[in-house]
Parts: sequence; C-alpha cells; structure tokens
Amino acid sequence: MSELATAATAGHTERSGSLWADAWRELYRNPIFVVASVVILIVMSWAVFPTLWTSTGTDGGTCELVDSRLGPSSEHIFGTTFQGCDMYSHVINGARPSIIIAVLVTLATTLIGVALGVIAGFYGGWLDTVLSRITDVFLGLPFLLGALVFLALLGEQNIWTVSAVLVVLSWPPITRIMRGSVIQVKALDYVEAARALGASNMSIIFRHILPNSIAPVIVLATLYLGGFVSAEATLTFLGVGLQIPEISWGITVAQGQDYAIAGYPHLLIFPCAALIITVLAFIVMGDAMRDALDPRGR
Amino acid sequence: MGRYVLRRLLQFIPVLLGTMFLLHYLQTVSIQINGNPITALFGDRQPPPQTLAAITTAFGLDDPCLQQTGNPCLGMFLDRMSGYTQGDFGVDFNRQPITRLIADAAPVTVRLTIIAVLFESLVGILAGVVAGIRKNGFADNFIRLSTTLVISVPVFVLGVLVQIGSGLYVGVWLRDNGAPEWLSAAFSVTYQTDHPWASLLVPGVVLGAFSLGFIARLTRTSLIETLRADYVRTARAKGLSRRRVVGIHALRNSLIPVVTYIGIDLGALMGGALVTEGIFNIPGVGGLVFGSVAAGETPVIIAVVTMLTLVFLLASLLVDVLYAVLDPRIRYE
Repeated sequence: MSELATAATAGHTERSGSLWADAWRELYRNPIFVVASVVILIVMSWAVFPTLWTSTGTDGGTCELVDSRLGPSSEHIFGTTFQGCDMYSHVINGARPSIIIAVLVTLATTLIGVALGVIAGFYGGWLDTVLSRITDVFLGLPFLLGALVFLALLGEQNIWTVSAVLVVLSWPPITRIMRGSVIQVKALDYVEAARALGASNMSIIFRHILPNSIAPVIVLATLYLGGFVSAEATLTFLGVGLQIPEISWGITVAQGQDYAIAGYPHLLIFPCAALIITVLAFIVMGDAMRDALDPRGR
Repeated sequence: MGRYVLRRLLQFIPVLLGTMFLLHYLQTVSIQINGNPITALFGDRQPPPQTLAAITTAFGLDDPCLQQTGNPCLGMFLDRMSGYTQGDFGVDFNRQPITRLIADAAPVTVRLTIIAVLFESLVGILAGVVAGIRKNGFADNFIRLSTTLVISVPVFVLGVLVQIGSGLYVGVWLRDNGAPEWLSAAFSVTYQTDHPWASLLVPGVVLGAFSLGFIARLTRTSLIETLRADYVRTARAKGLSRRRVVGIHALRNSLIPVVTYIGIDLGALMGGALVTEGIFNIPGVGGLVFGSVAAGETPVIIAVVTMLTLVFLLASLLVDVLYAVLDPRIRYE
C-alpha cells in the first residue's frame, strides 16, 4: 500500500497520516511482525471457520472412551484426550472462546477507556477528579483475584459473564493512558490554533486530539488481546471460567494435568503449545507496533 | 515532596473506601440475585426453614435489604467497616474466625512471595543490565527473545509443565541417585511441611517468572536511556572505569522505575500465587481462596480478598511515597 493510500484510508490529518504511514511501512518490512500476523490470522481462522481445519465439527466430534489417552498416530495426529476425543480437533475448536472473549473485551475496554480518557483529559476539572478516583478504585483490585471473586460470586460462568468481568477489571489502565496522552496533546500548538480558528470542542477532539493521542492505546490493546487469551484460559483452568461441555484450552489443560503426570505428556503439550503460540504472537505484534509507533524507543 | 506525599495520602482514603465498597456491593448483589449462600452449605438435603433462618441470622445475612435487588445495603457496609477496624473479619461456615484462617495460611504465602520477588529481581535486573550494556549484541537479543517467551506463557501453563518436568523427571532421578532430602524436597510435586523453604523453591520460581521478564525488559530500556544521559558522558570523560560508570552512576538512576514496578507487582503476584498454590497444593492464602471458591463460602472469599486488597493498596501507597523520595523530580503537578 502506498503512503498516500494509507494516509487516505486512515482518514487522518496529514501530520498524523504520516506517523501512521511511517509506522505501517516499518511494520510490513519487519519479518517478526509479518510472522506474528500470519500466526494470528491462522488462529483467528480456527476460531471463525473451524470446519476448514477439522472435519469433526465444532463439538469436537465423537469421543470413544476405548480410545482414551492414545498417543499421536496417523488417525489422531495429536493423540486423544482422556475422554477419547480427538486432541487435534479440541485444539482447533478451543481457539473460539478465547478469541471471541479476547476480541470482545479488547473492543469494549478500548471504547470505554478512550471515551473516559478523552473526557477526563480534555475537560479536566471536577470531572477529571471524579473519573480518576473511580479509576483508582477499580485499579485497587488485583486483576486475577478480582476476576476470580467476581465470577465466583456471579455464580454463572459463560463467555458473556467472563467477558463482562474482564471488561469491568481492565478498562482503568486504558483510561489512564488515554487521559495522559490527551493531556499531552491538548497543550500542543496546533490544538491552540484550531481553537483560535473557532473549532468546536467536538471537532477538536475528533480531528486533532484523538488521531494524535490514540497510538499508545492501540499498542496496549494489542498486548491486551494476548493478555485476555491468557486470562480466559487461566480463569477456566481455575474452574471459574468456561465450563464443560464448552471446548476451551483451559479446560483441556486442566483435564490433562492429572494424567500427564501419569505418563501421558501429549495431553498437555498440544493445548499448552497452542495457547503459548497464540499469546506469544499477540505480544510480539504489540511490541513491534510499539517500536514502530513510538520513535523514542528506537 | 511533602505536599505530594500529603496529597497521595489524602487520595488514599476515598480509594480505600471505594474498593471496600465495591467488594461489599458485589457480595450483596450476588446474594440478592443468587439467593441465600447458606443454602449452598447443604446441597440437595435442605434443612427445615427454621434451622435455615437461625443459621442465616447467626451469620448476619438476615438483613431485609438483601431481598431487594440493587439495594447497596449501606447499613451492612458500615457494620462491616467498623468490624474491620476492630480486626473482625467475620467467621467461615465452620464458625472459625477468618483472621485465624489467614494467620495460619499467610506465612506460607509470604515465604512463596519472598522467593518469587528475590528470584525475579535478582535474575531480572542482572539480565536487564547484561542486555542493556551491550545493546543489539548476542546477549541482548537472546535475553529479549527469552523474556518475550517467558511473558507469553500463562502462569498456570508454566506451573503445570514445570511441576511435571521438575517434580516427575528431575525429582525421581534425584531420589534414585540418593540426593539429600532437602534437595529432593525442592523438586517434589507438592508442598512438604517438613521443608517449608526448599519445597517452595520451584513454585516461587514459577510465580516470579512472568515478572522476571518485565523486570529484565524495564531494566534494559531504562539503562539504555540513562547511558545516553549527559552526566554519564561526563563521568566517562573524567576517566572513570566503565564498571563504575555503569554500576554506580547509571544503574542507580535507572533502577527507580524497576523498584516501582516490583512494588506494584505485588498485586500480580497475589493472583499468581492463587494459581501456583492451587497447582502445587500449597496451603497458603491462595489455597484458602481457591478452596472457598470451590465450596461457595462467600464470607471467606470476600474477607480474604478484602485483606489482600488492603495489602496491595498499602504497598502501592508505599511505592508512590518511596518514588517521591527516590526521585526528586517527582512533584505533584
């Protein structure tokens, strides 16, 4: 994509367009970023079109208890689970809840965080004080501990409640970063110039503040995607996330844990590898984006 | 600095009350929606209504506001706060004071956390310094790669894999080859009361691994930035040895954000301790929360999490104040 086209599709002012275009040019020439994106696209396709990858269907196929804990073979390339289900199909289908939760929660937290951060940073005053103290209250709960308590007390655990709890606990850092970024941009000369030209608050926010202050939030959101995949699996592993018969990497690892000690390591290796590779791809992508969007880090 | 510390202390009070209220409100809403938690004690065989009512009253869960969905039950909140100030955190379903349960469990978790913090800060800072002084060299690339990998592995995955690797393969090999008892305890699958430090070594390393990655990266970035500073150039121009410039001049200043991170990290360590203690069967505070979640003992969950949150908030306060002491540039706006 040419520099001009990127700037045009991004729809920003020329100044910010060149920042994004620079970043994009650096990113697609970075082999690590390209590999991470390909991995993420593959995992996304597991989540959206699992039937492309496995013929057993989205419920993990039929499970024969006779086939319990078989090692990898030509019929079951990753072996079978404790219940005799095909491990490969479980690994593919386990991506869906993780990816749905990660994407949903990241979108929601980014929207909430950006909106509140802009309000607090741009308007300041008592609004900022109140919003900042509320942010502090939610930041006061340690993340995993808070998620565990919320889910345990809710008593109902499915994709929607897990997502809701993760949103409640993870909007504060984005709000804080956005607020700081907005305060920094607000003091710049071109905002002053726009105001002198008679621009309204709304047009200043959307045309000048937002495009120039959102970069750190986008980097954090990418890192968040990996974090939420990991958080969903952890909560599910602890028994307060998704429940059987849902297929999820956290459940597969929890079930495999006891039998792996008894000498069936493939029960752990494949779901753990899928989880680690997915989280790793998101984190590497976030790091690459930070390097590209934040020239100070170079 | 005094003004900053004062403002930080004043801000602490509403945040503390707000967080406590959040936890309280969560519990009341959960009771209002899901019904009396006492019924969960009995499962399928429910006692006669009179007995149930008596037990409910004994646990202070008979307040009529618990019948009205959405009611914040401020009266109950005030009672609870005055109980907390007198050290009364309620009782569990066996009528054991929760403070005693925590007092029994806390030393184990404190030991686990000490091991984790020592491991993550010693190894993390060392790795960060090695990477930072030779930017883009082999060691730097290796450390960057391995820290990214460590950050990407969820604690429970690392715990499960390490438990099998160290407990099963290394542990069995050590036992067969007549290693001393404390050494095989260090590589056992579960916690052993006879070896309160050695058998927490591997779980502590698992717990600290995630933050180790962050500390190494933070130290590296911060050191690279400091090494560019004018005063470092001046020190070099004076003819000071490289060791002294890096070790004394640069490192001291670049460790400020690292110290802050280690303090804030306590919250992540508490969550991680929950997972690690669950996997390695460690009877600590995390194990207590884990057990009460499984048993549906809401009073215990709320009390323990409230206490842990208090510890976390106090640690964050301390770190912020310490930050102002360490770095004279920090002023309140």
